[in-house]
Amino acid sequence: MTLSELKSLREKIEISKKLIKQRIYICTTGCRASGALELVAGFNEYIEKNNLAGILEIVESGCHGKCSQAPLIRLEPSGYYYGKVKPEDVSEIVEKTILGNEKIERFYTVTSQEGEKGFFGHQKKDILLNCGIIDPKKIDDAIGVGAYMQAAAALESMSPLQVIENVLESGLKGRGGAGFPTGLKWKFCHNAPGDEKYLICNADEGDPGAFMDRALLEGSPHQIIEGMIIAAYAIGASRGFIYVRAEYPIAVEHITLAVKQAEEYGLLGDNILGSGFNFRITIRKGAGAFVCGEETALIASLEGKRGMPRSRPPFPANSGYMGKPTNINNVETLANIPLIIEKTGKTYSETGTKDSKGTKIFALAGDVKNTGLVEVPMGISLREIIYDIGEGIPDGRNFKAAQMGGPSGGCVPGEYLDLPIDYESLKEVGAIMGSGGLIVMDDRSCMVDMAHYFLEFIQKESCGKCVPCRVGTRHMKDILARICGGKGEKGDIEKLEELAVTVKSSSLCALGQTAPNPVLTTLKYFRNEYEAHIFDKKCPAGNCRDLLTYEILEENCTGCGVCKKNCPVSAISGEKKEIHSINPNTCTECGKCFEVCKFQAVRVS
Amino acid sequence: MITTIDLEPVNKILAQIELSEKLTNGKIKPAYLIPLLQDIQDEYGYLPRKVLEHVSTISGIPLSRIFGVITFYEQFYMEPQGKHTIKCCRGTACHVKNGQKISDTISEILGIAEGETTEDGLFTFETVACLGTCFLAPVVMIDDQYFGNLTNSEITKIINKYSPKGDMP
Ligand SMILES: Cc1cc2nc3c(=O)[nH]c(=O)nc-3n(C[C@H](O)[C@H](O)[C@H](O)COP(=O)(O)O)c2cc1C
Ligand code: FES
Repeated sequence: MTLSELKSLREKIEISKKLIKQRIYICTTGCRASGALELVAGFNEYIEKNNLAGILEIVESGCHGKCSQAPLIRLEPSGYYYGKVKPEDVSEIVEKTILGNEKIERFYTVTSQEGEKGFFGHQKKDILLNCGIIDPKKIDDAIGVGAYMQAAAALESMSPLQVIENVLESGLKGRGGAGFPTGLKWKFCHNAPGDEKYLICNADEGDPGAFMDRALLEGSPHQIIEGMIIAAYAIGASRGFIYVRAEYPIAVEHITLAVKQAEEYGLLGDNILGSGFNFRITIRKGAGAFVCGEETALIASLEGKRGMPRSRPPFPANSGYMGKPTNINNVETLANIPLIIEKTGKTYSETGTKDSKGTKIFALAGDVKNTGLVEVPMGISLREIIYDIGEGIPDGRNFKAAQMGGPSGGCVPGEYLDLPIDYESLKEVGAIMGSGGLIVMDDRSCMVDMAHYFLEFIQKESCGKCVPCRVGTRHMKDILARICGGKGEKGDIEKLEELAVTVKSSSLCALGQTAPNPVLTTLKYFRNEYEAHIFDKKCPAGNCRDLLTYEILEENCTGCGVCKKNCPVSAISGEKKEIHSINPNTCTECGKCFEVCKFQAVRVS
Repeated sequence: MITTIDLEPVNKILAQIELSEKLTNGKIKPAYLIPLLQDIQDEYGYLPRKVLEHVSTISGIPLSRIFGVITFYEQFYMEPQGKHTIKCCRGTACHVKNGQKISDTISEILGIAEGETTEDGLFTFETVACLGTCFLAPVVMIDDQYFGNLTNSEITKIINKYSPKGDMP
């Protein structure tokens, strides 16, 4: 294909799209877990039965973002999003909304055409734009909305250095965690001697609680390939890898298909768009190791070795895959590239704050009403994300903390809700931007337990190469387990702090260097909780099992016997229709009675 | 128990390796080891020792290096796996939503710890760092099927469905 052929193909696709006026965009990626494919089948069957083929089209799209409403669909032209739709609702939706123009309140959750407020109103969908408006399995859909036009423009009319100049000017920083300026990294690799160079797309997304890379790979794979073509051109690489996490089967499927389609169109391969530039992409699946998200470990894994990090320098830009200059970027970083070329780096940099440019995608999860994927300009406050976009904490509970940056990040307390979110401010409060996982916790989450949870995670994923990380995090985990188990001692907090400093300063890679962060931030903002565990043997959040006592409230107990029947250790006694009681000596605090009681007669304290 | 391992499938996989993944002498590039092991595991369900020895002979990659790689990555198995794999998410979002309890319950129902397979060979129980469906927390995946917003009693019912008496295939 040549540039002019690409342009005329785009025009043709645009015209053919106009023939059908009504469309339903069903998220078949994230929502697949909630029955989206059954819904697609239901709609298609209805269309066929009622001869609606020329009138209504079903598009199997990517993620719409408001995942708590899964399966979520968008109806066009009305722009209504309908949530929690089931196959049996199909005929009602087509008859009323598609054919009758009537809004069904029962399903309605939000519209794409609202003003300045609400779920979409506070967002700026630049990078996620294509997720939800195209079928990611069809390259023509992507081309119809402009995919590959920026790569074509860059190859035709820009020199590699001009591309790098634009990316530098855009101020884009890596979205994979460390936040290193992307243009600078490209420049290093471009300048590195040698003509065999590699480009790697880091799609290992190991940070638990983050799923934006998954959504991009699944919902807009051509955007990532286009970003890679531009990056490869800039640094001078002719071979690229996408290292994708094997736990994401749909992402693997969609990106594999997209690469194949791009090859067939001549958008990958030799002499791309007649420019003389050659570039091929190989897809590699991870094999289940969190540390392989770290760049040097990932490279080792690509080389067929145990995925262990090594010390830097040399940096991959000089000596990476097979010892050759290699540039490695995160999925979301690469997805930003076409936009930068389209707008120019200078215009791109108008979005965001002084030092953090563009938008950032956050995966909103945990104790928040609207969970899902949100994209906001840098500098927006945590409060806007949690309360305006997320609509706050469910069940009338109170906000306690937001965990940001995963195992390398920290817990941000309520006093910082108005903090503008950018790389710098987050660092100041002890958290990090990380990959953009944002987990909201209400007052039932115990901060000591959170710290223990992350240390346990790190311990499991530590590759074992360096002592501070392997042994140090082990000790930290053990101390935290003791505190949660009611066996905390005076001096434990100080020991944790001392270990944290050692592990931070002497670990080989960022896995260990950042591992103490969850402990340090919780100690900083929630020290009283640690003290309550250690000195009063109490868990203020009512979470740590060994510190809880269960008792039956006489005024609520109906003597139904359900708790007695379910108690695994027979700690509950009482005759039918009489008030029951728990024997504290036998009780293992498993919480089963609390769960099964229908009369709120079990009290935990 | 003596089982004979059929080498036919692995030979087929070895024969299909693209030229670009081979050295000039025709041997397989060591960098291709992980995708190769993934293909073999997809075929056999696990990585039988016999097959690995065969791969080592053919490829010239030392067996020690192959074992080194297999033991490093969580998704390689050297034992046959259960008919169904239950993956319980232990990611942060799921943890906040009581994921630990779900994991404990599965362990209790199946009578095995994570990483183990039930004696009847029906279930393998694994925990994973995050399934990327945090909006459904807590989440469990059985084979290709996701189950979200789980409670303890729901997971019990779901597992029962997969048992021989249940209605899942
Ligand atoms: C333990 C560990 C895990 C990481 N996991 C990921 C990951 O899953 N995805 C990612 O893009 N970067 C991850 N990184 C960061 C990478 O090392 C690297 O900085 C990043 O891929 C560079 O891309 P960027 O500049 O576009 O952000 C991880 C780092 C560490 C230390
Ligand atoms: S934390 Fe469980 S799916 Fe992400």
